[in-house]
Amino acid sequence: MRLIKNKIEHNGSGTVTLCPDEPEDMWHAYNLIRPSDVLRASAIRRITSTQETGSTSSARVHLTLEIRVKSLDFDPQSSQLHVSGQIMNETAHTKIGQFHTLDLELNRNFTLEKEIGANGEGVGWDSIAVEMLKDAVDEGGKRRAEAIAVVMQEGLAHICFIGQFQTIMKQKVEMSVPRKRQGGSDHDKGMNKFYRVTLETLLRQMDFNTSITSASNNESVRPVLLASPGFVAAGFQKYIQSEASTTMPGLKRLLPSIVVVHSASGYLNSLSEVLQSPAVKNMLSDTKYARETRLMDDFLDQLRKETNKATYGPREVESAVEQGAVGRGGGILIMSNRLFRSQDVAERKRWVSLVDRVRDVEGGEVRILSSDHESGRRLDGLGGIAALLTFPIIEDDLDSEEET
Amino acid sequence: MKSKAAASKPGEKKAQGDLAGGMNNLSVEEKVTVKSKNLNVLDEYNKSKRKKSANFVVIGHVDAGKSTLMGRLLADQGAIDQRTLDKYRKEAEKIGKGSFALAWVLDQGSEERARGVTIDIATNKFETDNTAFTIVDAPGHRDFVPNMIAGASQADFAVLVIDSSIGKFESGLKGQTKEHALLVRSMGVQKIIVAVNKMDAVQWDKERFTEIEQQISSFLTTAGFQETNISFIPCSGVLGDNITRRSAEANASWYTGRTLIEELETSEPYTHALDKPLRMTIGDVFRGGVQNPISISGRIDAGSLQIGDQILTMPSGEKALIRSVEVDSEPSDWAVAGQNVTLNLANIDPVHLRSGDVVCRASAPIPTITTFTAKVLAFEHLMPMLVDVHRGRLHVPARISKMVASLDKASGAPLKKRPKIVSPGTVARVVVEMDQAVPLEAPTRIVLRSGGTTVAAGLLE
Repeated sequence: MRLIKNKIEHNGSGTVTLCPDEPEDMWHAYNLIRPSDVLRASAIRRITSTQETGSTSSARVHLTLEIRVKSLDFDPQSSQLHVSGQIMNETAHTKIGQFHTLDLELNRNFTLEKEIGANGEGVGWDSIAVEMLKDAVDEGGKRRAEAIAVVMQEGLAHICFIGQFQTIMKQKVEMSVPRKRQGGSDHDKGMNKFYRVTLETLLRQMDFNTSITSASNNESVRPVLLASPGFVAAGFQKYIQSEASTTMPGLKRLLPSIVVVHSASGYLNSLSEVLQSPAVKNMLSDTKYARETRLMDDFLDQLRKETNKATYGPREVESAVEQGAVGRGGGILIMSNRLFRSQDVAERKRWVSLVDRVRDVEGGEVRILSSDHESGRRLDGLGGIAALLTFPIIEDDLDSEEET
Repeated sequence: MKSKAAASKPGEKKAQGDLAGGMNNLSVEEKVTVKSKNLNVLDEYNKSKRKKSANFVVIGHVDAGKSTLMGRLLADQGAIDQRTLDKYRKEAEKIGKGSFALAWVLDQGSEERARGVTIDIATNKFETDNTAFTIVDAPGHRDFVPNMIAGASQADFAVLVIDSSIGKFESGLKGQTKEHALLVRSMGVQKIIVAVNKMDAVQWDKERFTEIEQQISSFLTTAGFQETNISFIPCSGVLGDNITRRSAEANASWYTGRTLIEELETSEPYTHALDKPLRMTIGDVFRGGVQNPISISGRIDAGSLQIGDQILTMPSGEKALIRSVEVDSEPSDWAVAGQNVTLNLANIDPVHLRSGDVVCRASAPIPTITTFTAKVLAFEHLMPMLVDVHRGRLHVPARISKMVASLDKASGAPLKKRPKIVSPGTVARVVVEMDQAVPLEAPTRIVLRSGGTTVAAGLLE
């Protein structure tokens, strides 16, 4: 995403003009835009007018509309963001107060305004929002380490795209493969069919051009990780090799970027294991994703080894911060960005003040994990918030019991 | 159509009407009807004079010699003819794996033979004078534990194979020897026979045997096996000593106990829930041949069935008709709980059948659920986390969403409500949520695994 104009005032209100230039930027926009913000973007609106004679005519007009955001709808599969709200500016075709849904588009600027109301009803550009903005703006365009992972087991494959900030499950291939039995070759036949379908699906999802002629234009191929328990992934690689040398020579370009790794199962649950394997670490070593996965693993390790020096859950973490245990010298607050997406202003303020306190007052570290990654999903299972503590604290049973 | 009908019988209007009416009833799908014999299956079962039958699963660390030991057992019992065996031996030697010849009896898959590793479970049967045995040979490699769980769910008792050679026993103990033993115990297996294999590699050293016996038996008793239900046999799968015949080796003369086959025969007959509603977990879906385009196999967990019965498969909720039944590869009119059956089906599309689905009756269907509470024994640290739920062939991704309480091991009374983390060896009550609806009902034994290790096993409540 490119930052076109930045006019954030000291008190936190102000506007920012951004230009999304890749699909993942829609996800950033989804995290930045919140209900009650003002969004200005170009729109196409169908205008129906009635003539004096009673006949109606409708036309589509290009407009620049400013809306007060009511709700957001994000489709991760196709990276589309729809923002709906009430129109704020008067145009020749629309009235103030009419509803409109803006579809943000790639390479079209949009302007986002966050305001702080007179009596504090808005949150403005708080520290989290500013940080998210920083994350979203990718100056050099160099952080784009993307990979495709195929997590598979006999008769089941998940094809997913791993981006900087989100993992998108593109397609699932499921097929019944007959088991081995006395003197039957059904199993081998079934596996072959399974490999064939998986390869076809993978190529379709990658938009991979299999014709030989395209080999001349040296488009880079993203790394493809094949992961499975046992020998399924290795078998799939062998299948791709044999296809490349017989029927589909165009596939040869794909071969060098294939990496076979081990995973415990064919479900997305085991994606973290895939990303921790040495072969993949080399490739994606310093991506945000790898760091987040490592952080979650560190946290779970700590929880196992020294139970009292790590905690999770909203109340528990808040009480730990209260006691000053998430401070200088190793205190890390881990939060899922899902919490900041909350519709409730008070809720968001609660988390932002917690983050500010840890970072500015206590001197601890704050990491915000993307809930659309596997590590974020693990964190969401723990209530979306966790903390590594500097000293062990004993929790009161009573405190947590109230919640039930 | 019309002209043809008019030409055949122009005078009879009634026939014409029938013909037109018949058109409406036509359908592209060919409905198969099979006449039920309406047997009282339980009566038939009681009348039939069958030998007592027993299913056992063979478990142990990878390369302990499970498949070879069972291949030897089958060969010596005459369940495999000499010609086939010679063929395997020749082929195995051709690819330089001569010692794997016996394992090929069970390892039928091409991948399994090429790599010399069992991947999926294999079932085979043999008979002694008074018992019909079904062997379930389980893979030992850690990646294939899900298949091993499927095998263990079909078993009445277990044979634990241990590699006695130096270094191998120790590494096995750290590996799948322990995991497998814990798994079969938590899946309800009471009796375990420990075959201390490859004794020829340690010259039938008695001290080695006692050392292994002590270590394993102390481990098994802590795992919950009763001492009377554990037995140890020193043997050699490759040579066949103490399997069906007593070892002729002079070094082995110190062992005077039972051979493996004698020990197997001491097993008590097992009772199954015959009068409960029908439940059968599908182990495999395949094409049985030209006559039987869709067949399923598995073990009946509860209830009974016969030819012509209408069955319901869950979670798809599709009905099917049983065209014919095979019990242990022999045609039969009926089958009851505890038997391994192949059902040839009609009137169902194969897309509705997956291994892990459950067969039941429309009158008493199994519920499909997305969340359940279970009382589990933790093998590893438990916290809210992503897990795989296993029950027989069924395995689905899920997550532990809530830790209700940690419980007292003996009384089951809650010790601590909402624990932050549950340490290994503790009993706890947890809530598990799954992404998709799955046929499960209480009481059922489930296994939770995460990242390739078993983290907990327990009972659905």
